[in-house]
Amino acid sequence: MNMLFDGLPRRALVALGLFLAVLLVAPWLVNAYILSLLVVVLYFAYAGQAWNVMMGFAGQLSLGHSLYVGLGAYAAAMMFTKFGVNPWVGLLVAVATTTAMGAIIGFLAFRFGIGGVYFAILTIAFSEFVRVGFDHWPWLGGSGGLFLPVANLSSNDLLNLRGAPIMFYYVMLAMCVAALGFCRWLLGSRLGYYWQAIRENEDAAAALGIPVFRYKMIAVMLSSAMTAFAGVFYAFYYNNLFPEQIFSMGRSIEIILGPIIGGLGTLIGPIVGAFVLTPLADGLSELLQWAGIDVPGVKQVFYGICLLLVVVFLPNGIWPMLARRLGLEREH
Amino acid sequence: MSDLYLNAAVGGALTGLVYGLMALGLSVIFGVVRVVNFAHGEMMTGAMYGAILLAQAFKLDPLVAMAPIAIGMFLLGYGLQRGLVNSFVQRPEHTQFMLMVAVAIILTNSQLIAFGPNARNVQVDYALDSYQFGALIIDKVRIFAAIAALAVSGALFAFFRFTLTGRAIRACADNYLGAQVVGLNVKHLYGLTFGIGAACLGAAGCLLLLLLDVTPLQGPSYTLLAFIIVIVGGMGSLTGALLSGLLVGVSEALAGVAFDPSAKSMFTFALLILVLLFRPQGLLGRRP
Repeated sequence: MNMLFDGLPRRALVALGLFLAVLLVAPWLVNAYILSLLVVVLYFAYAGQAWNVMMGFAGQLSLGHSLYVGLGAYAAAMMFTKFGVNPWVGLLVAVATTTAMGAIIGFLAFRFGIGGVYFAILTIAFSEFVRVGFDHWPWLGGSGGLFLPVANLSSNDLLNLRGAPIMFYYVMLAMCVAALGFCRWLLGSRLGYYWQAIRENEDAAAALGIPVFRYKMIAVMLSSAMTAFAGVFYAFYYNNLFPEQIFSMGRSIEIILGPIIGGLGTLIGPIVGAFVLTPLADGLSELLQWAGIDVPGVKQVFYGICLLLVVVFLPNGIWPMLARRLGLEREH
Repeated sequence: MSDLYLNAAVGGALTGLVYGLMALGLSVIFGVVRVVNFAHGEMMTGAMYGAILLAQAFKLDPLVAMAPIAIGMFLLGYGLQRGLVNSFVQRPEHTQFMLMVAVAIILTNSQLIAFGPNARNVQVDYALDSYQFGALIIDKVRIFAAIAALAVSGALFAFFRFTLTGRAIRACADNYLGAQVVGLNVKHLYGLTFGIGAACLGAAGCLLLLLLDVTPLQGPSYTLLAFIIVIVGGMGSLTGALLSGLLVGVSEALAGVAFDPSAKSMFTFALLILVLLFRPQGLLGRRP
């Protein structure tokens, strides 16, 4: 446990503790709308953290993470609706499915020396390939969608993930904390150092004797395994799945915007990114609605401009700058 | 039955040549500037809307609109490179990628706001005419589009092969430092390259408009298609891009006849995966 907090200044620990405390009591203080917003924020924080393992730590750019969200969602939803298996057991199936998919993509790419942009294209291609496949798979609803029986909102059944938004909030919060701790541990482990070496210079890492292929595979598989939970959560929170939506490239981009805007490769970056981006976009939607402007696309243009500004002016993201200003950086 | 497949294959090949021209633009930009233009399909969609506006305002046939659209796209491409992309040339790959993703998102959704979500097209009066060769029936628009695509590609090849500027651009692609040492204005040449790539795209967009509808959200799928064509054909090989565009066109058309038109992109992705597996350098690419 000590290792997790090593080198953090006291004020960073206090800040982290305070932040967590606020998040723990928040659902009791806010209205239903803010709560639903917070659930989405946590969802993106978690998914961003999972994506960050692959790109931020190991430097492998995936633009197809909606593939793992979608596969995880469909796997658990299939087990639940077709076989009556509860989502936590379904999660195992989901993790197995996405990890296998990650392994296939990683193997194909890394075995043949496909990296960088080509790798990113390959991840999109697989995601689209699977999307079209699900569109034409009538057993799981095809393009018409797969629906879960709508939850009874008055009782919270944690075992079957059927319940009120507040239950989903705490589940996602717990997963975010777990993912943060896990990633912190990963980053400080031998594995994490190997990944960072590969990220900075793959040839140099290989020359030092790091089995590059193996560690890139581990990165892809771990990241896809973690993303599976985001999918399971999505399925049981929203109760409907459409291949067109869940596998779309737009979803992948939404997942990766948070970590990039927050700070690629940092632990807090994905969380900061999610907390900045989701409320901003949603606030803008609200504002537009209030102003009576109902034009689809305005929100996305805003997303695009945010991304553009961050990429141009804050290439390292918000968090590294914020941490420096506030003196929350880890001491070496 | 075999007639059906033959007709589909020939039609697909002709469409594929236009795809090839679109991918040529991407290949030129990536081959020289080394920046992945992730807004490729979105830029082409913009060009297609431009052609629609010209058709509405001046009754311009898309084949004629090719010239003004290509010039406009050239200027936009040059400006984009000089104003925004150039400062990213030496930055990490993923940063360039995110920059272009941002441009793509802004373009797509601006088009959605400006033109609404519905599909649009241009009706030319020869749209339903066709030529018949025995069992083979070919749409007039397809023939026209394919010939025009070949002509533009030919002009591009000639430009890179025979003109001084074309050679200078190839020099930049071969050796960035060397090009600077001998006093080439690399920034300007990069701008020209991006502009030429965008002009190809503008031409391809006008030609596609003869064959297909345009919707604001189609951009990403064309970006992906262009990438697949370039990778299948071999990065940096211009003939490869044209050839693989043809191949993708044929495979799409045959998949549409044999299975379901909505599943056609699966075959394109399968083609990509096969090529990456067995010939990662692409059909006509050289091993790095």
